[in-house]
Amino acid sequence: MGNWIVNNGLSALILVVWMGINIFLFVYYYFFYDLGDQFFYTRHILGAALAWARAPAAVLNFNCLLILLPVCRNLLSLLRGSFMCCGRSMRKQLDKNISFHKLVAYMIGLMTAVHTIAHLLNIEWYNNSRRGVYDELSTTLSSLEETHNGTYLNPIRSVSTTPTHVVFTTIAGITGVIITLSLILIITSSMEVIRRSYFEVFWYTHHLFIIFFAGLVIHGAGRIVRSQTTTNPPHNFTICKDRPEDWGKIRECPIPQFAGGFPKTWMWVIGPMILYLCERVLRFIRYMQTVRYRKIVIRPSKVLELQLVKAGFKMEVGQYVFMNCPSISKLEWHPFTMTSAPEEDFFSVHIRSVGDWTQKLISMVEQLPEGAQGPKMAVDGPFGTASEDVFDYEVSMLVGCGIGVTPFASILKSIWYKFKESNPKLRTRKIYFYWLCRETHAFEWFADLLQVLEKEMEERGMGNFLTYKLYLTGWDHSHMAHVNVHFDEDTDVVTGLKQKTHYGRPNWDREFEQICKENPTSVVGTFLCGPAVLAKTLEKKCIKYSDVDLRKTKFYFNKENF
Amino acid sequence: MGKIEWAMWANEQALAAGLILLTGGIVGVAGQFRDWEFAAYGIAAGVFVCLLEYPRGKRNKGTSVERTGQYCLTVCVKVFGPVTSNYFVRAGMHAAICIPAAFILSTVLGCVCLAIASIIYLTAAIHGEHWMPILPRKEPPKQSAGGIEEPPQNPPPRPPAEVRRKRLEDLEGAAYVNPIPVTANEV
Repeated sequence: MGNWIVNNGLSALILVVWMGINIFLFVYYYFFYDLGDQFFYTRHILGAALAWARAPAAVLNFNCLLILLPVCRNLLSLLRGSFMCCGRSMRKQLDKNISFHKLVAYMIGLMTAVHTIAHLLNIEWYNNSRRGVYDELSTTLSSLEETHNGTYLNPIRSVSTTPTHVVFTTIAGITGVIITLSLILIITSSMEVIRRSYFEVFWYTHHLFIIFFAGLVIHGAGRIVRSQTTTNPPHNFTICKDRPEDWGKIRECPIPQFAGGFPKTWMWVIGPMILYLCERVLRFIRYMQTVRYRKIVIRPSKVLELQLVKAGFKMEVGQYVFMNCPSISKLEWHPFTMTSAPEEDFFSVHIRSVGDWTQKLISMVEQLPEGAQGPKMAVDGPFGTASEDVFDYEVSMLVGCGIGVTPFASILKSIWYKFKESNPKLRTRKIYFYWLCRETHAFEWFADLLQVLEKEMEERGMGNFLTYKLYLTGWDHSHMAHVNVHFDEDTDVVTGLKQKTHYGRPNWDREFEQICKENPTSVVGTFLCGPAVLAKTLEKKCIKYSDVDLRKTKFYFNKENF
Repeated sequence: MGKIEWAMWANEQALAAGLILLTGGIVGVAGQFRDWEFAAYGIAAGVFVCLLEYPRGKRNKGTSVERTGQYCLTVCVKVFGPVTSNYFVRAGMHAAICIPAAFILSTVLGCVCLAIASIIYLTAAIHGEHWMPILPRKEPPKQSAGGIEEPPQNPPPRPPAEVRRKRLEDLEGAAYVNPIPVTANEV
């Protein structure tokens, strides 16, 4: 339990606070509309559905305010920078931005459903009472007219209309339908299957959020939910509700007056909307800035290395950039992890040919004449991730899966530079690096990098600073035979490295135990860049092997997002 | 990223539309709205669309992820052959199903969603896609099905690897005398 609090306490606290605010808003507005005297007559027509429509509306306001914040990447980078003093557990929360975005989206979906259903009932009942289906009071209330000395309660002014007609002819109705439809389309195209396999569909459909927010802001402008205003002499409903026929005739019961509620949604969402707009403007400015190619290298197995230079560009380890190549597509921005160290005077990315965009880019670059500049490239970023914190831990345990090694290329390089300069910022004493891979073909460039590091470290006599283990998860018997033949050689068959490749998956319990044994009093940062299943396993192991005793080994889990 | 398979999105959209239609129908019937008969139709249509759309089709490329427990429905949907596998038919069917739902407010949202799903299905059909069931993969037949003809040349128990390696230098010396005589399996 103690370990769990250390590792997850802050996330849990944030969730509890968020849920607490949601519940508070729901309950507060529910009772505001359910008990408020000014809504007595409104409630008489609509019943409980009034409160059931308004309470979710308040929660929706709050969540629509939140939903844009986790996707403001520059804002997050800024926050990360300013939290440098507040410790890493605070910064770690910023890496869960997309999970939070999803959570908020689920809440919006749920509340939209409740809100819509309640309003379906409201409109039906307003319409029925306008047509005089219910008791006399409802009919009287509904037939109050907008005159020079009176105001209406029931927004449905015609006796012979249908709810459908009403919805499509009022501001609240039509915007409600449009923004609900946008929301549904956004949600269906964000399902795991679509997002992972057909990213363009997801990406373009998500831009319906513009319509969503535009509609949301004007949704309340019709002021359709009306409450009773105080008149002189006051209209006391406890006396008057039973004698609607006398309204306006006796002194105690003047004709009740009503007014629409002030639309508040725009006040909730305007801040995040402006912030998001700034993000997009910033991206546009960066789109216009020129990026120069320093070097273009085509590595074996169709991996393209671009070394780029951009004025005023400053990076940290493990960060990523969004790249846009206008000659392929003006709209598509693709994220790439940078593989260079901050100490270098350029930044580099390794691009593997896996899809349309990357294939086109590689074939364009291949046709370039020797020494020419590549196609125009726009770079947005850099944006931060957890790996910036690697140097804060005494011992770092880095786990990369497949293509997930890329951020660690930057980290390892940077550690190496820091070591050479004996940078005082470097707290790390030891690094354990695990690389899990199905096949290493595509990552020869990374093995090259490791080889260089290995050689240099050996020359300086710090062979045990970096311990790395390679795990090949996809192998067959012919491969095994090959390995068996070469098993007495000094370097590995697959990678040409001193460290022999392991086959199959690592036995995490043993690895953790070993790290505990070798570093009995250290704080260990575990960094994963890989699939969610492994994240779960490692997170559990981190909790299991952390000691509540402050003096003993402690594991902190960090995960990169993709 | 590869080619977009529109049917995958259409399927998600249609399933959502089915649920929304069903919910709208339930609200209409439970609230006894005017013309609630259309809402009752909405319930039936919603259930039908959900059942039809629940089993996810197979993707042309890459792994297809099944929805939980969809196997049973996959088999049922497969039975209807071209009626359910042709996306032109499906687009037309959804377009037809959604029309009566437009007559009452509570199912209007479901109706529009289904209409959008129908349009996406039409796009899928134009791109030449069609529904394929995800069925459990058959185990590939074992290669050694023919039986082992020859006896193993070096049957266990074998000496440990280190011992074997030393002997490898002289092949003659490495020869290992099997204590039990080995014969081919005469059938």
